Amino acid sequence: MAVGPHALEATSFPGPGRFARIRQWWEQEHVFGYGLILPALALLVSLVAFPFGMAIYFSLSDYWVGSPGSFVGLANYREILGNETFRQTVQNSFVFTGIALTFKTVLGVWLAVLLARDLRFKRLIRGAVLLPFVIPTALSTLGWWWMFDSLYSVVNWTAIHLGLIRPPGPNWLGQSAYAMAAVIVVNVWRGLPFFAVTTLAGLVSIPREYYEAAEVDGAGSWSRFWHVTLPLVKPVLAVVILFSTIFTFSDFNIVWVLTRGGPVNTTHLFATLAYQTGLQGGNLGQGAAMSLFMLPLLAMVVFFQLRYIRKE
Amino acid sequence: MASAASRGAKIGYAVRSYANLAPYVFFALFPFYFMLVTSFKSNAELYNLKSIPFWIQTGVITEHYRFLFARTEFLVWMKNTLMVSVVATAVSVGLSILAGYSLARLRFRGAAIFGIAVFITYLVPPTLLFLPLSQVVVWLGISDSIVALMVTYPTFLVPFSTWLLMGYFRTIPREVEECALVDGATRMQTLWKIVLPMSVPGIICALLFSFTFCWNEFIYGLTFISQSAHKTAVVGVTADLIRGDIYYWGSLMAGAVLASVPIVVCYVLFLDYYVSGLTAGAVKG
Repeated sequence: MAVGPHALEATSFPGPGRFARIRQWWEQEHVFGYGLILPALALLVSLVAFPFGMAIYFSLSDYWVGSPGSFVGLANYREILGNETFRQTVQNSFVFTGIALTFKTVLGVWLAVLLARDLRFKRLIRGAVLLPFVIPTALSTLGWWWMFDSLYSVVNWTAIHLGLIRPPGPNWLGQSAYAMAAVIVVNVWRGLPFFAVTTLAGLVSIPREYYEAAEVDGAGSWSRFWHVTLPLVKPVLAVVILFSTIFTFSDFNIVWVLTRGGPVNTTHLFATLAYQTGLQGGNLGQGAAMSLFMLPLLAMVVFFQLRYIRKE
Repeated sequence: MASAASRGAKIGYAVRSYANLAPYVFFALFPFYFMLVTSFKSNAELYNLKSIPFWIQTGVITEHYRFLFARTEFLVWMKNTLMVSVVATAVSVGLSILAGYSLARLRFRGAAIFGIAVFITYLVPPTLLFLPLSQVVVWLGISDSIVALMVTYPTFLVPFSTWLLMGYFRTIPREVEECALVDGATRMQTLWKIVLPMSVPGIICALLFSFTFCWNEFIYGLTFISQSAHKTAVVGVTADLIRGDIYYWGSLMAGAVLASVPIVVCYVLFLDYYVSGLTAGAVKG
């Protein structure tokens, strides 16, 4: 029976005896516990678990927008695996995630070390570097799109005037290797603050004595970083990397705004290809199957995350 | 002598630190600066390859902004986003307070499993669910309206806020609640009058993050809404401001800047909450 938090008021009309009994029942720890969690649970079951089941069903049927299809078994999966664009997308996703994560980790840890130092304007600097994470990604990506414009790119303008490249410079979003680089740069730009700020939280909890002891032992700053900071910050870093793996691998906004998966599908990720196939193309069955290909990696990440939480 | 040397070392350390931080700050802020500059620059200067792109030489103009208000539905988009964000945030944080308290404090069978379930849904990316949800929205008869977003945004807000608040509720000493219960308060009164006032920072954090996530959301807004008048600001600016000709960069950047303003304001006012929420949401549990 659904018992919301308002059950008390609603049932307070009958006689006092009955009211007392209901109140007594509601005051039991487990009843109250289930009661409070029920609304959230109902939402998650109906709008997360159920749609997830639907996605699996879609992927096993030839469901098109507006025409519920019939069960076709693994036909969608088989078709997708033979599809050149999809294979390209799988490769893109791993290249994109691998390179972006590496940069975010290395640059993020270094930024965290810098932010942990006792400097003037610390708060201001922290606020500035965190900004890309807070501003709507789709909108800031529009700014990057303009910066990578084929004719008026400010990146090329600067590089040309510094004598680094010859005019006209690369057509960032029109050549596949450059387009992938551009998409990765924007992802690193947006994700870096998350790495830095969460790693920072791990850093500041390291007791000062450890560093002092290392210094007494004659450890230089690099050796202190390698033997004290890094091992102690590793658990936090592991969680951040796992988190970021999910949200990098399943990214949609940056690629969609910057390249729409182009040129010739060389920057498509699972999400953008699924959007193009399932919504723009109307083939919900194949689109769902494509997005479900993200699942094995996501499941692996969830597994490691849960193991970490259990240990805590 | 020794103190002068150590002061020199200290200054050197600070200088090196700032020198290392400078590229990061530049990298983080330059795109925003460039968007701002572009939005105030005349077309003649924007599309002149000989002009210097970094600042405005021929005078600041507000034409791109005026275009937004006069010729597009920008204000409608902003209003839509505000309504969606306020409703979805209020509903989600409300549900999350109840669920988070229950999971953090009350002992009942299955509590641990519910906690794990919430965590797993927290890790399910929206890009995995947008296709089936687009059909759910059609079945509910709310497709192409902002109600579709009010209903679907809680799917990622509730897991996040519940997780965040669970961590927060755990930091409140249990004795306080036990005292209240012994004094004859009901469990609901204890939650409402004792626990909530002590959790205000955590709740502010959940509200801020939820509001920000709503405001910034892209794929659901893009998928479930097709009429321009029902779009959110992020989707409207991204999808509807790009015109046939190529000379739209000024108004596009103006739209992007203006649509980010509410988030920037929240951010400036509550910077510390953003920092602590980011850490707590990901790391603590």
